[in-house]
Amino acid sequence: MRFSIAHEDLVERITIATRDVFSMMLGGEAVPGASRTEDGGVGPTEGVVALVGLTGPLVGTGSVCCSPELACRLAGQMLMTEYHAVDNDVLDAVGEVANMIIGNLKTTIEDQFGAMWLSVPTVVYGRNFTTRSMGRHNWTVVPFTCDGMEMQVQMFLTEANDLTKLMRPGLTVLQKG
Amino acid sequence: MAVDILIVDDSAAIRKILQRVLLQAEVPLGKVHEAGDGVEALAKLSVEKVGLILSDINMPNMDGLELLGKLKSTDTLKDVPVVMITTEGGQAKVLEAVNLGAAGYVRKPFTAEQIKEKLVGII
Repeated sequence: MRFSIAHEDLVERITIATRDVFSMMLGGEAVPGASRTEDGGVGPTEGVVALVGLTGPLVGTGSVCCSPELACRLAGQMLMTEYHAVDNDVLDAVGEVANMIIGNLKTTIEDQFGAMWLSVPTVVYGRNFTTRSMGRHNWTVVPFTCDGMEMQVQMFLTEANDLTKLMRPGLTVLQKG
Repeated sequence: MAVDILIVDDSAAIRKILQRVLLQAEVPLGKVHEAGDGVEALAKLSVEKVGLILSDINMPNMDGLELLGKLKSTDTLKDVPVVMITTEGGQAKVLEAVNLGAAGYVRKPFTAEQIKEKLVGII
């Protein structure tokens, strides 16, 4: 049996999960834009990026990327406090937004494919950094407009058995025996 | 009567939100204690008595289900109601929590009304 999710299906799941998190936890609206696929080799180079890993019948990574200004706005809406600069509270809030979006998505995937597990979120903030995925798969990217600013939810998922496909040329999967 | 509560979540943001939501839901709050994982929660419970525990599942060091199992196997803590509040919405995780003795299960994201509904009858 092959496990896979079509791009359009994944976009719909991301959109529903993101809108739910915004309406229930942030008291706001996330308006989806035109989705696309992108080469996972190159990711965002500045701003706030929250990453959550998934494993199970499908493996992959989900991320939420936004500007520092939007990160402060989201944290402010979540915690009812005004933030003017990115601090631990802001990073924590963006990590939790990612955790809820990817977690909700995971639940819909589990209904179809079986039990999945989430990693604890990792949040990165800075400028002039490089992000690189080890996977050669394309990422599904869904941009959202929130308070006039853009946030992106990105995800790639592939069948767990296709582990070797995740590796870039030149990298080797070590096996026991 | 006011209830002392322990909120267990590795996200400080969620711990703050839950305190606010409990107030919005008009839960009669006493002291609110916080812990970032199951290990911290057990340490807190060794010195503080609480009437309700709200716990996440996915946490480092000791997750919420392991914490729940330890609470239910401890004579002095087994009767404290534990409500799981988590992104883990899959049926298997819900069943596991219920089988371990969870008094309730709320999926993130949540509203104040959902928290209030879940806590009616528990406290």
